[in-house]
Amino acid sequence: MLYVAAIFLPLLGSIVAGLFGRFIGDRGAQVVTCLLLGISAVCGAVIFKQVAIDHNTVTIPLMTWIQSGTMDVGWALKFDTLTAVMVVVVTWVSFMVHVYSVGYMSHDPSVPRFMSYLSLFTFAMLMLVTADNLVQLFFGWEGVGVASYLLIGFWYEKPSASAAAIKAFIVNRVGDFGFALGIFGIYFLFDSVTFDAIFAAAPGKVGATVSFFGIEWDALTICCLLLFVGAMGKSAQLGLHTWLPDAMEGPTPVSALIHAATMVTAGVFMVARMSPLFEFSDTALMVVTLVGAATAFFAATVGCVQNDIKRIIAYSTCSQLGYMFFAIGVSAYQAAIFHLMTHAFFKALLFLGAGSVIHAMSDEQDIRRMGGIWKHVKVTWALMWIGSLALAGIPFFAGYYSKDTILEAAFAAHSNVGLLAYALGVGAAFLTAFYSWRLLILTFHGKPRADEHVMAHVHESPAVMILPLMVLAAGALFSGWLGYDMFVGHDQQQFWGASILNIDAHKTMENLHHIPGWVAILPTVVAVSGIVLAYILYAVAPSIPAMLARSFNGVYLFLLNKWYFDELYDYLFVKPAFKLGRGFWQGGDGALIDGVGPDGVAAATREIARKVGRLQSGFLYHYAFAMLIGVAAFVTWYMFNAR
Amino acid sequence: MSETFDLIPVLPELFLVLAAMALLMAGVFRKDEGFGSTTSLAIMAMVAAAVLVWAVGGDERQTTFGGMFVMDSFAVFAKLMVLVGSALTAAMSVSFLEREKLGRFEYPILILFATVGMMMMISANDFIALYLGLELQSLSLYVLAAYNRDSVRATEAGLKYFVLGSLASGMLLYGVSLVYGFSGSTSFEVLPRIFGGDHPAAPHLGFIAGLVFIIAGLAFKISAVPFHMWTPDVYEGAPTPVTSFFAVAPKIAALVLFTRVMVGPFGDLVDQWRQVITFIAILSMFVGAFAAIVQTNIKRLMAYSSIGHVGFVLVGLAAGTADGVQGVLVYLAIYLFMNVGTFAVILCMRSKGRMVEGIDDLAGLSRTHPLMALTMAALMFSMAGIPPLAGFWGKFYVFKAAVDAGLFTLAIIGVLTSVVSAFYYLRIIKIMYFDEAIEPFERVSGRAMGMVMALSTAVVLLFTFLPGPLLTSAKAAASVLFPQ
Repeated sequence: MLYVAAIFLPLLGSIVAGLFGRFIGDRGAQVVTCLLLGISAVCGAVIFKQVAIDHNTVTIPLMTWIQSGTMDVGWALKFDTLTAVMVVVVTWVSFMVHVYSVGYMSHDPSVPRFMSYLSLFTFAMLMLVTADNLVQLFFGWEGVGVASYLLIGFWYEKPSASAAAIKAFIVNRVGDFGFALGIFGIYFLFDSVTFDAIFAAAPGKVGATVSFFGIEWDALTICCLLLFVGAMGKSAQLGLHTWLPDAMEGPTPVSALIHAATMVTAGVFMVARMSPLFEFSDTALMVVTLVGAATAFFAATVGCVQNDIKRIIAYSTCSQLGYMFFAIGVSAYQAAIFHLMTHAFFKALLFLGAGSVIHAMSDEQDIRRMGGIWKHVKVTWALMWIGSLALAGIPFFAGYYSKDTILEAAFAAHSNVGLLAYALGVGAAFLTAFYSWRLLILTFHGKPRADEHVMAHVHESPAVMILPLMVLAAGALFSGWLGYDMFVGHDQQQFWGASILNIDAHKTMENLHHIPGWVAILPTVVAVSGIVLAYILYAVAPSIPAMLARSFNGVYLFLLNKWYFDELYDYLFVKPAFKLGRGFWQGGDGALIDGVGPDGVAAATREIARKVGRLQSGFLYHYAFAMLIGVAAFVTWYMFNAR
Repeated sequence: MSETFDLIPVLPELFLVLAAMALLMAGVFRKDEGFGSTTSLAIMAMVAAAVLVWAVGGDERQTTFGGMFVMDSFAVFAKLMVLVGSALTAAMSVSFLEREKLGRFEYPILILFATVGMMMMISANDFIALYLGLELQSLSLYVLAAYNRDSVRATEAGLKYFVLGSLASGMLLYGVSLVYGFSGSTSFEVLPRIFGGDHPAAPHLGFIAGLVFIIAGLAFKISAVPFHMWTPDVYEGAPTPVTSFFAVAPKIAALVLFTRVMVGPFGDLVDQWRQVITFIAILSMFVGAFAAIVQTNIKRLMAYSSIGHVGFVLVGLAAGTADGVQGVLVYLAIYLFMNVGTFAVILCMRSKGRMVEGIDDLAGLSRTHPLMALTMAALMFSMAGIPPLAGFWGKFYVFKAAVDAGLFTLAIIGVLTSVVSAFYYLRIIKIMYFDEAIEPFERVSGRAMGMVMALSTAVVLLFTFLPGPLLTSAKAAASVLFPQ
């Protein structure tokens, strides 16, 4: 009961706020959704205790959904440790964001709609993580996609917001297409979509092949790669990442909840959930590692030169998701989920902190027009520091534990791709620290660059916004330290139970505790040097960055324009698609189908009608002539055709 | 040589003829015009004749006059249709003709004579009897067409009809003499024996030519293309009640006669006549669909509409099977009610004290006369063949028969032209329901009008739910033409 309540209370809240928001008013919608989500969060904590700590894995069947031939899909809630971790993260971060939104969105004209969307998202995300089969997971997957679309485009009167929403939706469609194909493939291969059945049968399918285009492919690899395409879309990995920075058009709480803490990690969760499949495909794991490492590094480079406070954090998210993926790629699923959890706290903290800053700066988002406001917003400033320290992986903050574990795991994989991932990860760690402090210094320190009018209004956010930040800050401070033993330490096997599979060939989780000392220390060293460099460039000698940008103009522009991914896609896909569409519309539909079809037929009909009508001359002898001609024609016909 | 004829089978015709003559005498000697009372009596006579038809006709096939006159269930079915059609159109005429100062007692009497002629045609079992009935009917119709003798248009229409009708009669007679010359008989019972049986004779080309001429003569009466040219002019020129009469009873009688002639005496030559019928059917459907689109006068439109319907009926005939004939009869029965109802609406189209005939005059009818508009809409939908209305089923049975007989091309053309014709039917509905009324019609509904409209709407709407009686009787009627 409690388990079901945790999942469905947000849906109830969404329905109440969405359909009856008009009657219960802004305040009513806020209270209802926050209250229900609060209950849900408490339930989530209980679930975590019972399932993850006490190891009571349960599956609650709700009802049958689709039954057709061998296809048997049900609605069921599956709670194992992996799910429990996700449930507790999702419910608590979502609860914090709900509360924060009460303050942040207080001036918005459509509060009930916003709260309803947030709760709807939470429900869909919970459905996603509690699914016990792929189809239900896909339901939640698409549900969060819809909620994300609605929330990015929440201010739909803004063209840029609408465009960003559409972009997110369409880019995700590419990934979802792969995901759907993956599900089809798995059903084809296993004759089932239920996780237990698939996982039980997976070892037996090693080496199974499918024939496609006349070539034999490894069936498991194909399925895993297709699923991973879905994960890439949802988790904004290199290639399908372009929607994430644009998604920052949505309100900041949305960025924190959906595009940092929860939804974008759905891909990571899904791949971890499918670990019993991925473990049997080294090729797929290698691809995951490469894509993850490349994303981690790429996004970090771009993050270094962005000027929009939210975009910097967005690229940072992208980069951290890359870390999680290459952790998965080296079979350190536990480390990935660990980082997922710590990241959820400190990244939500950073985003909400950024929201607080934006709130204080009268909706200014460009860090070049900030600076020197730390005296006015001391609490936010302190919280942002905590978040950044956690993100950069400074010892004893949450990120230190999880990120270092990932890097150690990559090294401990003892493979070429693992080492490459380690190298890229360390580079990205340096860049992460650099852009984090660039952001902090430019935003809070130095001389104010905003005009006096704005500066006069700089104020600390209300308690309803600050309190959630503090809770999240507590998470950013302690979650790594508290969770280390359970998630990746010596308790990990007991903790995860059967929810994650590591086959014997992949001993990364054991090996990562036996690595050279320099490997473990290096990330911290580069992180500190990143901070120092940022301090030198932006606090001590602020003229150097501009000089660097001038002298390496090409590199600078390359980074500033995000490696020209948008331009490339625009050129490769968007423009041709428009051209094709216009061609089909004007040429195909307009000229050909309309012209020959409806319009042409109609015109021809009128023309024929006119001509037939004209036969009716009114002259008697014409009529008689027609009759005689008719008879003559028929008789002639028979003369030539009789037998 | 004295032979006594069994007069029982011909009793309804005899009764009707005597009634008509009595009414004629009464009319001549009366002081007043006596239009209304004569019409009522004529309708009663037709009803009585219908009862007689019902009583006389049984399952037994009866012949008289030396085999020239036949009374079978096919004839019963057809005669009932003709009598109902004549009676209904006569009833609808009264108020209109009185308003237009055309109420003269000759009108119902002419209708009675024409009806007798039609019944003779339906029961004809010999080309001589056929010609007799046809001419009796035609002569009455020529007069009726020019009934409004003070109108140039009506007299022109009457004259055109007469001249072309004579031409058609001439063709028919010529065809009959050719057939007689090459086969030695005019009897519908002798002819099949020549070409059927165990040793069928191959028809001579001259015989085929005779067949073609007969078809041409009959095609004129049913206004099938290319013998249709008189129809629009006559429909438009004649007074509207006459037009409504033309559109219903004579059409049905001629089509029934056509069917009997093709399936009876020439039944074994189906491969020969099917080619002509198919061609005529295609042309009729085509002209009926396309020429109607540009019409602005509703009577002209109805002329082309009836040409199109004749094309559809001929599709069923072209099949040449019992199913096809059943389809023909069902179609005709439905056509009867659709046309009567539509003309009832047209007869009510009056504004500023005079009859209007433009399609655009129907604009806004849904607001001024909602019930009338609803009736018209149901009838138009039915004519367009929109399910579940009766018109759809009429088309369905003939097309199905054609498909079963392997005439796919014909059926496909039929469906396509049906789509085209839907345009002008639906346009009427659009004008009634979506266009603004320019000049609302006067309220001219009589009781007869309302009843006719209600009856036809009911038939069109309810046929789907109660098709049984019509289908079974049509099936029984069709089966007598295919003895085995």
